[in-house]
Amino acid sequence: MSTLATTDEHISATRAKTIQPVWVRVMHWTNAVAMILMIMSGWQIYNASPLFDFRFSHDITLGGWLGGALLWHFAAMWLLMINGLAYLIAGFVSGRFRKKLLPITPAGVLHDVRAALTFKLSHDDLSVYNYVQRTLYAGIIVVGVLIVLSGLSIWKPVQLYYLVALFGDYPTARYVHFFCMAAICAFLVVHVALALLVPKSLRAMIIGR
Amino acid sequence: MAKRSFLISGVDKRLLIKDSIKTMPDVIRRRFIAGGASLGALTLLTGCDVVDSSSAEALLAKVSKFNDAVQDFIFNPDALAPTFPESAITKPFPFNAYYDLDDAPDVDGDDWKLEVRGLVDNKKSWTLPELYKLPQFTQVTRHICVEGWSAIGSWTGTPLRDFLKLIGADMRAKYVWFQCADKDGYNSPLDMRTALHPQTQMTFKYANEILPRAYGFPMKIRVPTKLGFKNPKYVVSMEVTNDYKGGYWEDQGYNSFSGS
Repeated sequence: MSTLATTDEHISATRAKTIQPVWVRVMHWTNAVAMILMIMSGWQIYNASPLFDFRFSHDITLGGWLGGALLWHFAAMWLLMINGLAYLIAGFVSGRFRKKLLPITPAGVLHDVRAALTFKLSHDDLSVYNYVQRTLYAGIIVVGVLIVLSGLSIWKPVQLYYLVALFGDYPTARYVHFFCMAAICAFLVVHVALALLVPKSLRAMIIGR
Repeated sequence: MAKRSFLISGVDKRLLIKDSIKTMPDVIRRRFIAGGASLGALTLLTGCDVVDSSSAEALLAKVSKFNDAVQDFIFNPDALAPTFPESAITKPFPFNAYYDLDDAPDVDGDDWKLEVRGLVDNKKSWTLPELYKLPQFTQVTRHICVEGWSAIGSWTGTPLRDFLKLIGADMRAKYVWFQCADKDGYNSPLDMRTALHPQTQMTFKYANEILPRAYGFPMKIRVPTKLGFKNPKYVVSMEVTNDYKGGYWEDQGYNSFSGS
């Protein structure tokens, strides 16, 4: 009996240390790959008819030319959409979103932003997200939904006319799609920088602990 | 506007590859095209050597075929492209092609005849005056280019489905394949469900004027539910067929359905 009890204790102790469950890790890295493919091929597509007075360097785009980039974009979209949808369902059903991302209070965000900028933000307990993290993670989920919806609007403006109407019109949906991409890139810069500053958070996203 | 990229300075790689494909024996040529290989496609993986490029390419071609099926499945033939008031028309409406306007086909309307081939009862060719007598309708719709830009224009002509009925076309055939007067043989297949869409039009006028050379004189096929490259200009023949005959851009890797 006593051996069993010890074992039980040992197991629960190990389990308690799991910061990122395996489904989160798998979906996180799947999303990372899909996002990078979508962004790099998207830049090549953008170059065919730039919205602004610049083009992305050929060195950082995927596909070689418009046709190749479109093939990549419309292949990686399945990975992004299926993984993203599964993540949203799992996040809501498991209660992870509610437990990890809420509440987000203005006072809390203000306090933690100030603490972060003065490098006083504590990272002792990685299982609890601070208010900066909560805001960024919740925000990027909303942006992720928006970039898919605006992308679908550009892809199927006749069949999904109601989605286009949501954004105003076709050209506006294109701008929304672009700015969502820009927001994701900005998030990526901050996200990667912070992960490197707090390496144990990166480790948790790889091995779970 | 897309800048054409040059592998050899002054030589357009897409034309180069098209020409070189033509010199291949037929079997190799077919396999080459079926594999989705083009110079553009061969450079798909620039900067990403960790993946075997030919297998990645084959996978992408397969996904594109899968996407054709998905798009055909979600295509609702009753869903209409939005129409706009005349005030919304983009002025000037852009001329767009992979060549300059000076190189655009200059078709003599008096000599021109629309050739009709394939699975149709009446294979008679049609002169312009004969076509102009068909009932015509005007629609103001958004033209969306594969490059991303779009422009609103006014096109007038005969619904393609009415013409297909008139010539006794087999409506169960899979495609209507269009060939154009462009010197390197522009062509494009249109799936039958889209060909029968109420807004798919044999266009003879732009902004209530006889279609100018820039927009495809003497006849354009206006398909508001398809990207611009599937709206052929300078059309010289249509063939009703069950065979997938490929297309100028489709063969180079653009998704074949490319419908909106």
